[in-house]
Amino acid sequence: MQDHNKEKQSHGKPVKRREMSRRQFLSYTLGGTGGFMMSLPLIANLRFAVDPLLQPKAESDWVKVIEVEKVTDTPTSVNFEKNVVDGWYESDKGFGAWITKEANGDIFALSPICKHLGCTVEWEKNVNYPNEYFCPCHAARYTRDGKNLAVAPAPLDEYEVKVENGFVYLSQIKPNTRVE
Amino acid sequence: MLKSVYNWIDERLDITPMWRDVADHEVPEHVNPAHHFSAFVYCFGGLTFFITVIQILSGMFLTMYYVDDIVNAYKSVDYLQHKVAFGVIVRGMHHWGASLVIVMMFLHTLRVFFTGSYKAPREMNWIVGMLIFFVMLGLGFTGYLLPWDNKAYFATQVGIQIAASVPILGQYIETFLQGGEIVGAQTLTRFFALHVFFLPGALLALLGGHFFMIRKQGISGPL
Repeated sequence: MQDHNKEKQSHGKPVKRREMSRRQFLSYTLGGTGGFMMSLPLIANLRFAVDPLLQPKAESDWVKVIEVEKVTDTPTSVNFEKNVVDGWYESDKGFGAWITKEANGDIFALSPICKHLGCTVEWEKNVNYPNEYFCPCHAARYTRDGKNLAVAPAPLDEYEVKVENGFVYLSQIKPNTRVE
Repeated sequence: MLKSVYNWIDERLDITPMWRDVADHEVPEHVNPAHHFSAFVYCFGGLTFFITVIQILSGMFLTMYYVDDIVNAYKSVDYLQHKVAFGVIVRGMHHWGASLVIVMMFLHTLRVFFTGSYKAPREMNWIVGMLIFFVMLGLGFTGYLLPWDNKAYFATQVGIQIAASVPILGQYIETFLQGGEIVGAQTLTRFFALHVFFLPGALLALLGGHFFMIRKQGISGPL
């Protein structure tokens, strides 16, 4: 090998060989094999762990909550249960909503979950703030349409609403569409 | 990039001697399969450790879904195996690896026995190896109950009855393992705690000792 190199060099041009050392070659092959062997269980484990991120969002059923006649322009609180499948655990989970009728007869329902830190708001909870939703935890306030007046960074969420055979049905929670 | 990060840390903490001490060691010719193919028998210890690492990894990930409660244990296992992506692979690794680790450990023990590697000055390492063997059997026994299916239940029932047949101490061992009068809710939480905290802790400590001694004393000489 060395003779071969010398021969080349004697022809004038210095030869630059970008050769890999034996140590480098071995560390690449051993590292590659080891990395491949460890990556198989790791990939399987990681995919297993992040599975909840890749699950599609569950579609929500319509739930009958109240007669249309009982809904007025003052928000009315309703409580209802929805079947929730949480992994291996299936249960009827309680939900709440504030249902209001607009002047034109349309009905809308707001989620009582405060957008500040997730406590439960109540209509006219605080006597100092009539005609407003009030959150007892940090005094967040909202208008009848759910518009945030204090503390909270966003308006109250809304439920999908439909009226059928004289009853109000609620489904999924969506971002508030009533306030800009 | 990687190299400059390494150098930055190395300049401050001088970490090179630390990993050199762990990684750089001589592999004698008689244990190198490249020289004598029959030397592959010297790989069984390393393979046992490799599978142990996989067991620890897959076990950690399984606890993301598993619940050690008699109402939900079976349902959570069923869910993680059939509904979660790659669940069948992750649980499969843990299930088959558990058997394989015993097989590899047994082969490793045979190699040590037939090469006489347990002799002075390595007697202590043989003892520690035996303790590792029993801890592994304990891990297998406690892990077997966790899916809480019929096979798990009756295997544990039988296993505890065998332990209960020990003279004098038997009934105390039985109550300790069961955590109560029957194989039930308290047995499951107990076995889970043993399986994921106590026994792995003991295993890692013993493995540390095992590896420290082999490094200190070196690999035993050729036959």
